[in-house]
Amino acid sequence: MSHRPAAGRVTSAKIVIAGGFGVGKTTLVGSVSEITPLTTEAIMTSAGVGVDDNRQVPGKMTTTVAMDFGRISIDRDLILYLFGTPGQTRFWFMWDELVRGAIGAVVMVDTRRLADCFAAIDFFEHRRLPYLVAINCFDGMQYHNAQDVRDALAISSDVPVVSCDARNRESTKNVLISLVEYVLTMRRTRAVAPA
Amino acid sequence: MPERDEPTGALVRPYAVTRGRTRPKLEIALEALVETTVRGRSGIRGGQGGSEHQYIAAMCDGGRVQSLAEIAARMQLPLGVARVIVADMASDGLVAVYEPTSLDDETDAVGTELLERVLSGLRRL
Repeated sequence: MSHRPAAGRVTSAKIVIAGGFGVGKTTLVGSVSEITPLTTEAIMTSAGVGVDDNRQVPGKMTTTVAMDFGRISIDRDLILYLFGTPGQTRFWFMWDELVRGAIGAVVMVDTRRLADCFAAIDFFEHRRLPYLVAINCFDGMQYHNAQDVRDALAISSDVPVVSCDARNRESTKNVLISLVEYVLTMRRTRAVAPA
Repeated sequence: MPERDEPTGALVRPYAVTRGRTRPKLEIALEALVETTVRGRSGIRGGQGGSEHQYIAAMCDGGRVQSLAEIAARMQLPLGVARVIVADMASDGLVAVYEPTSLDDETDAVGTELLERVLSGLRRL
């Protein structure tokens, strides 16, 4: 006996949560996930290391990359996953897999360490993955306004910049809603007038 | 200083589960959903397959679909290992794998409808 209706196929979608180490990615995922965030690990061997400098270390090296993720059941047939990117942006091999088929990305920003998110923004722009910037206000304090952040990051004027409290479920929900609205708007615009 | 030639076990054992194979029989996305089939369910009852197969079949049974990422995390297996095992099970008909809906084609109504469902679902949360 299956609890799944015969009509309609189950499917899933994902949103990528990026940002520097300690910016609150797992906190954001946990505030809205229906499960305690889980961690999945991937193993990379030296063949795929790329920019990592292994010259100091003889022999074949492996690196383990950990990603935290959460789950939201949108309805009976649709599950949304939120994947946090690995803390170190040098693990690009995993980012490829993360962005493949993603709805878009949330780039979390700590305004005291703005530069931490540069690599993520570069990556998403290069892959043409829609993203928004979410300024995490750790203690209710926002040290720069949205326009300052937009200027400092030199991002296009149509990329949404929002403030959030990653610990707060409603706040996280609103960030995700803003991202999906943005993706839908872009999609409709392009569908009408292909570039 | 650790002996570099000495396997720590953590890396070696998982791929022993797949008899050393690192390439899955089919590519499965991180977020692809896995559900145990009727055949998979009777397989667990009959005690067939390795313990990993039985664990996965039990985990994804009774309408509780799980993503590949969840299976890997809950079994504490590296993603690549879980992917090989789930692909084997799929090719033996023990589980069904539902790949995510593609969003690549921006003019595709199926992708747009999916985004609309996600949006209304998030608003209802």
